Amino acid sequence: MNNKIISKNKLASKIYEFHIEHDTISKFYQAGQFAIIRISENGERIPLTIVEAKTDYSRFIVKCIGKTTYKLALMKEGAELLEVVGPLGNPTEVDYFGNVVVIGGGIGIAPILPVARALKDKGNSLTVIIGAVTSEQIILEDELGKTADNLIITTDDGTAGEKGLVTERLEELITNNKKIDRIWAIGPTVMMKFVSAIAKREEIPCMVSLNPIMVDGTGMCGACRVEINGEMKFTCVDGPEFDGRFVNWNELIKRQHQYKEEEEKALENFKKEVGDLSWL
Amino acid sequence: MALNHDGRTKMREQDPQERIKNFDEVALGYTEEEAIREAKRCMQCKTRNCMSGCPVGIDIPGMIREISKGNFKEALMILKSQNNLPAISGRVCPQETQCEKTCLLNNVKGKKPIAIGRLERFLGDLNIELDEPVIEEKKDKKVAVIGAGPAGLTVSSDLAKMGYDVTVYEAFNKAGGVLVYGIPNFRLPKDVVGREVNYVESLGVKFVYNQVVGRTIPFDYLRERYDAVFIGIGAGAPRFLGIEGSNCNNIYSASEFLTRVNLLGANEFPVCDTPIKILDKVAVIGAGNVSMDSARVAKRLGARNVMIVYRRSEEQMPARYEEYQHAIEEGIEFHWLTQPLKYVGDINNNVKSMKCIKMKLGEPDDSGRRRPLPIEGSEFTLNVGMVIEAIGQKANSVLETGFKGLKLNRWSCIETDKNTGKTNIEGVYAGGDIVTGSATVIEAMGAGKRAAKAIHEYLDD
Ligand SMILES: Cc1cc2nc3c(=O)[nH]c(=O)nc-3n(C[C@H](O)[C@H](O)[C@H](O)COP(=O)(O)OP(=O)(O)OC[C@H]3O[C@@H](n4cnc5c(N)ncnc54)[C@H](O)[C@@H]3O)c2cc1C
Ligand SMILES: Cc1cc2nc3c(=O)[nH]c(=O)nc-3n(C[C@H](O)[C@H](O)[C@H](O)COP(=O)(O)OP(=O)(O)OC[C@H]3O[C@@H](n4cnc5c(N)ncnc54)[C@H](O)[C@@H]3O)c2cc1C
Ligand code: SF4
Ligand code: SF4
Ligand code: FES
Repeated sequence: MNNKIISKNKLASKIYEFHIEHDTISKFYQAGQFAIIRISENGERIPLTIVEAKTDYSRFIVKCIGKTTYKLALMKEGAELLEVVGPLGNPTEVDYFGNVVVIGGGIGIAPILPVARALKDKGNSLTVIIGAVTSEQIILEDELGKTADNLIITTDDGTAGEKGLVTERLEELITNNKKIDRIWAIGPTVMMKFVSAIAKREEIPCMVSLNPIMVDGTGMCGACRVEINGEMKFTCVDGPEFDGRFVNWNELIKRQHQYKEEEEKALENFKKEVGDLSWL
Repeated sequence: MALNHDGRTKMREQDPQERIKNFDEVALGYTEEEAIREAKRCMQCKTRNCMSGCPVGIDIPGMIREISKGNFKEALMILKSQNNLPAISGRVCPQETQCEKTCLLNNVKGKKPIAIGRLERFLGDLNIELDEPVIEEKKDKKVAVIGAGPAGLTVSSDLAKMGYDVTVYEAFNKAGGVLVYGIPNFRLPKDVVGREVNYVESLGVKFVYNQVVGRTIPFDYLRERYDAVFIGIGAGAPRFLGIEGSNCNNIYSASEFLTRVNLLGANEFPVCDTPIKILDKVAVIGAGNVSMDSARVAKRLGARNVMIVYRRSEEQMPARYEEYQHAIEEGIEFHWLTQPLKYVGDINNNVKSMKCIKMKLGEPDDSGRRRPLPIEGSEFTLNVGMVIEAIGQKANSVLETGFKGLKLNRWSCIETDKNTGKTNIEGVYAGGDIVTGSATVIEAMGAGKRAAKAIHEYLDD
């Protein structure tokens, strides 16, 4: 059966992993692709990266940040999502590049797992840098440890790995003269922006997975439009991965905040309805 | 009964001041007496001029004759033999440029043509039980239909009636295409579309929703599993002017704006989770049906000041006259001969103004309409809080990436044989907007009818 939640696990505070039944994702998924989900009749369509697909389930990892993601986290095993449309978007361009550095920040650690695995399968030498606010929010450490030749962990507060930001670790690799042929970075937009700035300076191709607001996710509305190298692109069909060196970051960041007021209102109403959610 | 001096029976409408506060249908339809009265105006011309204006060749005089006698069931049967979706075409067909344009009453001084569309709508809305459709003996051939717009729905029901096993793959969660996510409820109520979709289902057609062929499911995967495939995916990708500042916040394509409201219920935010902005000064760019719909939706969302900005003049406007009239009644303002040059955002990148230039009309262009030319030095600024660009749609790029091997024409639409919808790939047919570019509901239906016939001939061999 499609769209059924087979299992749900808490990975960290406000971060949940779901295994969801879905035929076309199981059959046709490739690393880098996403799905659009809708929980219920009045719900919003939101994009989520497909972290892994097996014959009987596909795996998603979600961070609660607003009404829809909180609602999702409250769903129980056995329940069904109203809609799951996937796989969407272009797959990651996987090839042998040589030395690749893959960077994941915050919830962005989840979507880098399939990318890292695909790159490793092609024989790349793989350094993975993951970062979060605090040790409790570091996820997938074991799986990434098994995939990477070298796994570097950072936290803002120093409770795990080294204290600091992922960009500092990247700069460190560069100062230590490590040859880097390609970078992948997925995480908060500001993090991707700064990684891309370093990549631009060093002239290293740097793939990022953009996360603008989407509506249909199939190229029919233009909500997800971004400026790449001066040209308008639709993230859902032309991306989601682009070379971060050419992205108009400031514009993207402002577009992401378009509905801030409405989102806050929706979450506030939702909390009034369901009560305290800090335990999630 | 409301009569016009030109003889035409008026249709009752919701009062403009009331209707801008709701999404209920504006035009309320004919009563039986009104329909009979209107039908009696028909001269039953031997030349049947009206029929030459109908893309699907409905026996209009025959239908009207039966209405005038009160034989509604017979009338509906005549209509349905050529038009699967009369409640829909009766509402949205551009009759004034088709059947009603060629109606001979236009030549009679002081008279207006028969309100053919309104009569069709009247019949389509009657809750008449027609005799069960005859479904021919089941054939062991399977057909996949991609896209559940008017083209896809028509192919599906025709083939199902011939006994084929038909499965429709639709990208969204509802069938109807533009009829559900484009055309707003106040012009085409969703339950009218729902009724037609239920009918198609009742013929045994299966619907698989939330599948974007060429993305979530490969085109070849379907080709391998079905004996024939019909592509009716519409031309849904928005065009943008692409001028400076196009990515400012609160600039929507009409597709996004209408999808948020029509499909996702953003007009009911926060009851529905999908948000939409409701800002005061709204500029809608373009003057086709899509622009009128967007402007009228914005008005209903509570925008105080809604203006349509168009680079040509009133005479060249492609929107249906009726929609234009409704827009005026609802207080939409029109800025003719005005072209936006650039958008200017505030510190948060929210659009705050639009630099425009005044235009004048020059020589006719390819479309036969006089070409708009900028008047030097006439630049001026319009303050806006929100912009909706409704300057046309094109084929989704998924057509190029996900349907490899299909021959496209120079507008990046699918190239087909006009009479059959046959593409360059054996067993693959196409029709509707994905072949013609943005056109009309009735043309998409007509293409569906022709393709169903051709697919039957192909499979029956
Ligand atoms: C291609 C892609 C892949 C993604 N993968 C993941 C993932 O694997 N795990 C994960 O936790 N998150 C992922 N996201 C982000 C996720 O879609 C948003 O967190 C989610 O939409 C927030 O919805 P909300 O109602 O909970 O929050 P809201 O309160 O509605 O919004 C919070 C923030 O989320 C963003 N957002 C809101 N609505 C949308 C929307 N319809 N589409 C995109 N972004 C939106 C906005 O920037 C907003 O500021 C991905 C986004 C994209 C574009
Ligand atoms: C706002 C608006 C107002 C209009 N007003 C009028 C009017 O008043 N009168 C009139 O005659 N015409 C009007 N039109 C035009 C008319 O709606 C179209 O010409 C007509 O709908 C075309 O029908 P279609 O079946 O070709 O495509 P569509 O109606 O576009 O349907 C295509 C369907 O295919 C689906 N699809 C797309 N890609 C895929 C894929 N890869 N896989 C699976 N499914 C897919 C879509 O979701 C959609 O459901 C209007 C259009 C718009 C946008
Ligand atoms: S389908 Fe359209 S053009 Fe044909 S008769 Fe009906 S309203 Fe007129
Ligand atoms: S042309 Fe007009 S008046 Fe004559 S038959 Fe047709 S609808 Fe009637
Ligand atoms: S989300 Fe609509 S075009 Fe990308």
